[in-house]
Amino acid sequence: MTSDTAMPAVVAPGLPAPRGPLSAAAFDTLRGSPGEQIDAAAVAQADPYGDDLQLALYCCYELHYRGFSGVGADLEWDPQLLGPRRHLERAFLATLRADVPGGTDVSAEIDALLVETPDASGVSHYLRRCGQLWQLREYVAHRSLYHLKEADPQAWVIPRLSGPAKTALVTVEHDEYGAGNPRRMHSRLFGDMMSELGLCPQYGAYLDAAPAATLTEVNFMSLCGLHRALRGALIGQFATVELTSSPGSDRLVRAMRRLGCGPAAIEFYAEHVEADAAHEQLVRHGVITPLLASEPELATDVVFGIQAATLLADRFSDLLLRNWTASQPTLRNPLPDAPSQVATRQKIAP
Amino acid sequence: MPTEPTRRRITVTEDGPILVQGPVEIVLADGQEVISDRAATALCTCRRSRRYPFCDTSHRRRVRTDRIRGAEADRTCDR
Repeated sequence: MTSDTAMPAVVAPGLPAPRGPLSAAAFDTLRGSPGEQIDAAAVAQADPYGDDLQLALYCCYELHYRGFSGVGADLEWDPQLLGPRRHLERAFLATLRADVPGGTDVSAEIDALLVETPDASGVSHYLRRCGQLWQLREYVAHRSLYHLKEADPQAWVIPRLSGPAKTALVTVEHDEYGAGNPRRMHSRLFGDMMSELGLCPQYGAYLDAAPAATLTEVNFMSLCGLHRALRGALIGQFATVELTSSPGSDRLVRAMRRLGCGPAAIEFYAEHVEADAAHEQLVRHGVITPLLASEPELATDVVFGIQAATLLADRFSDLLLRNWTASQPTLRNPLPDAPSQVATRQKIAP
Repeated sequence: MPTEPTRRRITVTEDGPILVQGPVEIVLADGQEVISDRAATALCTCRRSRRYPFCDTSHRRRVRTDRIRGAEADRTCDR
């Protein structure tokens, strides 16, 4: 083990601003002054992919990670929060299930993820070809919501697995956590990249700025990680990331070289080109094959996890490309180098 | 007492790299030594990797989007 005494102090972020009645009610409970409770009827009024529901859910989940300053840690398992959270989760999950085709053919889903389309649209393709520095910085700010807790949502699935699938998943997670070296933790490499790109590497710094499409991807991981019943979906989500990350990371390395970014910025994605090429093999042959051999009934959920993760990644990608091609920022609080003529949050196309 | 030797597992995949339990040192044909401290290292077998001897998934099948139903080609850049 390598010791590292230079790690920054752990600071919990403050609660973000609410984005509607659901997040306002959730935040009242989080602050210890519960008012009107979130019920199924209130949730039914909200867009399941919208800012209000996704932010409320994100902040409920955040108590399982780092919490918020001014919010009691005991609330993590408080029925006052778990009850409303269940309504939010059910609406989100039901919508996802309705929006993907489903099926049981895991091999077909995986094969589709393994085909490279050099002329495809997608954020990493765009950034490699013609992305500008402000767009790359925006992308990194969006991704910080996950990468500053990289591998954490998937760690919850460990006790829900057994045998070879568990061993292989832990091997991948161990790599994500720096393989014994805290300086090599992927979340740390991501923070180093943020600093070099002039972004704030503090956990939660861009939560207020993150639109719903960014929150939704992280919420899906937390949802599947926290529910044993969704362990198959979590594995599908994990596989989607590990199988698509290597070529995507290579495009981001090339984008950063073209834009003249520094070594720490390039290192994060360069590390992922190599690491995720190995993780792909571990996830496919080490995790999924033995998991489905021992629990074949999970195939439906693995397929669901892959399809839902792909759907949410596409929604995020569409949001960025739609706005970027119109020279519009995609963060709710635009970065200082984003085009200024549209620097108002109302102009972000949903 | 004799003990079982600790063997490293090397997994040959059908369509991609060889997976080696690490950490490992790799000696290339020109004598150059490369190290990997990962618990599992994917070694390129197709020789197309830009990070040879490590796999970078360059072995993957490449298909233009017009060959894939539902896929959308990139029209977002002025090239």
